[in-house]
Amino acid sequence: MNKTTSWFNVTSLVFGFAFLYVPILILVVYSFNASKLVTVWGGLSARWYVELMHDQAIIDAAWVTVRVGILSASFATVLGTMAALVLDRYLKFHGRALFSGMVYAPLVMPEVITGLSLLLLFVAIGFDRGFWAVVIAHTTLTMCFVAVVVQSRLVTLDRSLEEAALDLGCPPVKTFFLITLPLILPGVVAGWMLAFTLSLDDLVIASFNTGPGATTLPIKIYSMVRLGVTPEINAISTILISVIAVGVIVASVLSHRSQVEKERAERAVFLGG
Amino acid sequence: MAERGTQGIRPFLAKWALVAVPYLWSLLFFLAPFLIIFKISLSQTAIAMPPYTPVINGIGDFWAKLTDFTFDNYVFLTEDPLYYSAYLSSLRIALISTVLLLIVGYPIAYGMARAPKSLRNALVMAVILPFWTSFLIRVYAWIGILKPEGLITIALQGLGILGPGQQIHIYNTETAVFIGIVYSYLPFMVLPLYAALEKLDATLLEAAADLGCPPTKSFWVITFPLSLPGVIAGCFLCFIPIVGEFVIPDLLGGSETLMIGKTLWAEFFNNRDWPVSSAVAVVLLIILVVPIVIFQNQQKKA
Repeated sequence: MNKTTSWFNVTSLVFGFAFLYVPILILVVYSFNASKLVTVWGGLSARWYVELMHDQAIIDAAWVTVRVGILSASFATVLGTMAALVLDRYLKFHGRALFSGMVYAPLVMPEVITGLSLLLLFVAIGFDRGFWAVVIAHTTLTMCFVAVVVQSRLVTLDRSLEEAALDLGCPPVKTFFLITLPLILPGVVAGWMLAFTLSLDDLVIASFNTGPGATTLPIKIYSMVRLGVTPEINAISTILISVIAVGVIVASVLSHRSQVEKERAERAVFLGG
Repeated sequence: MAERGTQGIRPFLAKWALVAVPYLWSLLFFLAPFLIIFKISLSQTAIAMPPYTPVINGIGDFWAKLTDFTFDNYVFLTEDPLYYSAYLSSLRIALISTVLLLIVGYPIAYGMARAPKSLRNALVMAVILPFWTSFLIRVYAWIGILKPEGLITIALQGLGILGPGQQIHIYNTETAVFIGIVYSYLPFMVLPLYAALEKLDATLLEAAADLGCPPTKSFWVITFPLSLPGVIAGCFLCFIPIVGEFVIPDLLGGSETLMIGKTLWAEFFNNRDWPVSSAVAVVLLIILVVPIVIFQNQQKKA
């Protein structure tokens, strides 16, 4: 590695990460601004956080969002893990091409199309728009992300453990819960978290499928942003960013640790013969 | 491979359920809606709730109503230049943004792949982290920066580049949309590029250097061609959703920026014209079918 390229690498990393993080940092800093004007610094203050605590509409929206997120992420994790198993294990069955198409397409499908088409389905079958419609919509969107994450874990899985269990007469379903699931658990957990944050994040699909009493936080924030930039939005954004950042960092540390432990255990088994 | 489905009826049922449950869910909530959207795009607009006259009501009704199909909504799309230019403008913005993303993302991915091994996981984490935080919030963060009285203006005034009364006008222009898109989609571009570059065998570059190949040339002859799968994956992963993007042009582009996602949204929420917005979505889908199929084949190979 010569000097000029490594200089280039460091510079591009510094600029790249500055570009990614400075806007978020500014947003967080200005949430502690005492001034009502977002761009004028009026001293350090937590008044916008206090005002948030008294804004019932925002608290309601946050509660709806969390419930939608937990429910849809859990459904999506079950469905997405099943889809990943199917794609990883059953290489030939009728309609596999259609199935893998339906699993991968929502990853890139523009949200306006997914949102509108689901709404039209709900209207066609007479299903009320609202909380459960948003849960179903988010489950459908996020199960694909879960499937991709779990599948990448399944690919690296050592199948000999499963085969040993099956050879010793363990039924396949039991084998899955005793052997396979614990091994792919980090992927499943990561998939759940990804599904949860995607649900937390979604504005477009939720807007199409929401109904009275089911205003999610992004819908609420969007309507506030339309009316203008306020420090209160910065405050709620900062809370959301911190919650997610802490969650992601904790999860990655945990999964890193379990990976290290697993490698150590494998090495011990190998050395012990 | 290791399907031991010969041990009785229970494993067979389990296997069957494993395929059937996610399959049926996707059929019902992903595929069926597209058939419905197609159907409604062929319906007539009505001032009612839901605001369209259904074309098909059950199988029995099907033949009777067959002649009732109307292509009016599609004809309407061709008559009003608004839609035509919104599609073109979306494709143009998506194309330019994807190229910009590649230019911005490639050096970052390259730097990450060449970083010390112990640092790489942390760097990947650092790229993913902003992606986990809300899209809406990340776009919102740019409003405060780009506004005429925003932080860029203040910074430039502070540096003496702009006079006290002067302001910078990026907000509510296409430039702001490009900035917002590049910012929001950067992880989608960097991660596939990084995955391709990280796998690259460094000995190839060493061999080239030993044989007297200058670094710039070995980049274009070795590194770039070998990273091509990542380039293709990243470009499709960005291009397709950007064409239908709504939040970024709506919040940063103002009335000046025309994009089809915005048009669809306005058609649906402001004009309450469901059949026309369905037709807009169907045409958008038809435009995107080719890139989506290419993307899926790429995914299957990977």
